[in-house]
Amino acid sequence: MKDFAYVAAPDVATAVRAAADAPGARFLAGGTNLVDLMRQHVERPDTVVDISRLPLTSVEETKSGGLRIGALMRNSDLAAHPLVRTRYPMLTQALLAGASAQLRNMATVGGNLLQRTRCPYFYDRATPCHKREPGTGCAAVGGFNRSHAILGTSASCVATHPSDMCVALAALDAVVEVEDVRGTRRIPLADLHRLPGDTPHLETTLAPDELITSVELPAPAAAPSRYRKVRDRASFAFALVSVAAALEVTDGTVAAVRLALGGVAPKPWRAVEAERVLTGAPATEESFRAAADAELAPAVTLDGNEFKVELARRTIVATLRDLAREGSRA
Amino acid sequence: MRVNGAETSAELEPRVSLLDALREHLGVTGPKKGCDQGACGACTVLVDGRRVVSCLGLAVQYDGREVTTIEGVDHPVQRAFVRNDGLQCGYCTPGQICSAVGMLAEHAAGEPSAATERVTSRPTLTEAEIRERMSGNLCRCGAYNGIVAAIAEVAG
Ligand SMILES: Cc1cc2nc3c(=O)[nH]c(=O)nc-3n(C[C@H](O)[C@H](O)[C@H](O)COP(=O)(O)OP(=O)(O)OC[C@H]3O[C@@H](n4cnc5c(N)ncnc54)[C@H](O)[C@@H]3O)c2cc1C
Ligand code: SF4
Ligand code: FES
Ligand code: FES
Repeated sequence: MKDFAYVAAPDVATAVRAAADAPGARFLAGGTNLVDLMRQHVERPDTVVDISRLPLTSVEETKSGGLRIGALMRNSDLAAHPLVRTRYPMLTQALLAGASAQLRNMATVGGNLLQRTRCPYFYDRATPCHKREPGTGCAAVGGFNRSHAILGTSASCVATHPSDMCVALAALDAVVEVEDVRGTRRIPLADLHRLPGDTPHLETTLAPDELITSVELPAPAAAPSRYRKVRDRASFAFALVSVAAALEVTDGTVAAVRLALGGVAPKPWRAVEAERVLTGAPATEESFRAAADAELAPAVTLDGNEFKVELARRTIVATLRDLAREGSRA
Repeated sequence: MRVNGAETSAELEPRVSLLDALREHLGVTGPKKGCDQGACGACTVLVDGRRVVSCLGLAVQYDGREVTTIEGVDHPVQRAFVRNDGLQCGYCTPGQICSAVGMLAEHAAGEPSAATERVTSRPTLTEAEIRERMSGNLCRCGAYNGIVAAIAEVAG
């Protein structure tokens, strides 16, 4: 790991000032992604601003009936929080599906949002990678690409966003609150991450010195919801495909649906096409299949990841079917 | 930083991980370096009672905190590992034990896991729950059955 200047920030003002004063600085939260990448020399910041002690670790109820979650809250604390477990069980499930208990005790909400891809070539400095070094190429396209994306990719990059938590946040219409020396702003989660296009090294719409301070969830819907993750082993593996869904059925018809996908795209993927097809349609297996097909129609596959289209289709249909059953029992 | 109940201090570059600080600078070699990437759990220690992987934290982040390594653990789960053949070579064991101690505390606090059917419930520690909760600790020797049996015995 390259040496760096270390700044421990006791409060938000110090953190954003330090980041503004040192271009190229990185915020350090739990460290579970950044320390790993610095050790591999993929990240080489001259200054590290340690935000792990910022007092942004609480969950508060908002006036509109939602929750505001501090950005430094640990993934494990958020998953276990009583208000999250009862009102947003899909978020608890997504958090608990990610990483290991030790990592969740370290990982923060802000760090999870901004964690970088697990594309093996991104980590391997001996191979070309546009995301790591723009203009060098993409080793994944002709290489081992079983874990790579099928939606929203470009000729320059086919990497996935690896987060589980973010898939639930996308389905829940979360809003991210950020702050820098100029002030604060709010960004809908859907607008936080960018698609790669021909600039895969630009992953978010944040300025480098903007600090995520909290995540706001709107009031919960009453509909049954679920996070379902498919992976190579039963636990402690990244998603091949994951689905976050909430389904409200009235008189056999889909009254409301929220659907987001993980493991298939460069950003947490809100399945707007599928939602459009489903809303107002009969809550039947045929509708679920038609919705999945509509969402996956633009999929572009590589040699190693063709299976993801069928896997995603089946996982979407199975999750919606389970939710429809659950809703009709209630 | 307090390590196993004793006040310790060291002048370290900020890039030194908690694991390297413990092993190379403070002579506490119980936590093992398996992958140095957060993927194996051999380096698991307890910080203020919670299990973490010490390879992915910088030592400076733990200034002033209470760190417990296997050297500072005195818990019934240790004897249970011996009784149930919860180890072969022993390389993963310090991490397994620290992880088990942290896990039992998480469970006692009512925290759910990915194996919990309804996340609003208070889960009992079934075998499936133990396996899921311990999935951050790999064992190259495959002593998993003994590890699960040892933890189940202590959990009662
Ligand atoms: C072995 C392993 C397995 C894993 N498996 C999974 C998995 O199955 N599913 C999953 O979802 N994740 C998984 N993860 C990833 C894990 O969830 C992330 O590493 C973690 O969430 C990152 O959080 P952190 O606080 O440690 O971030 P850090 O490593 O501290 O930071 C990550 C990035 O976010 C930036 N950052 C952090 N906080 C802020 C903030 N408040 N404002 C602005 N920028 C910020 C940092 O500058 C850095 O660029 C795994 C990780 C490991 C090591
Ligand atoms: S898929 Fe993206 S991250 Fe992976 S090698 Fe290609 S450019 Fe790099
Ligand atoms: S050495 Fe830390 S998890 Fe493997
Ligand atoms: S006992 Fe040998 S690695 Fe677990």
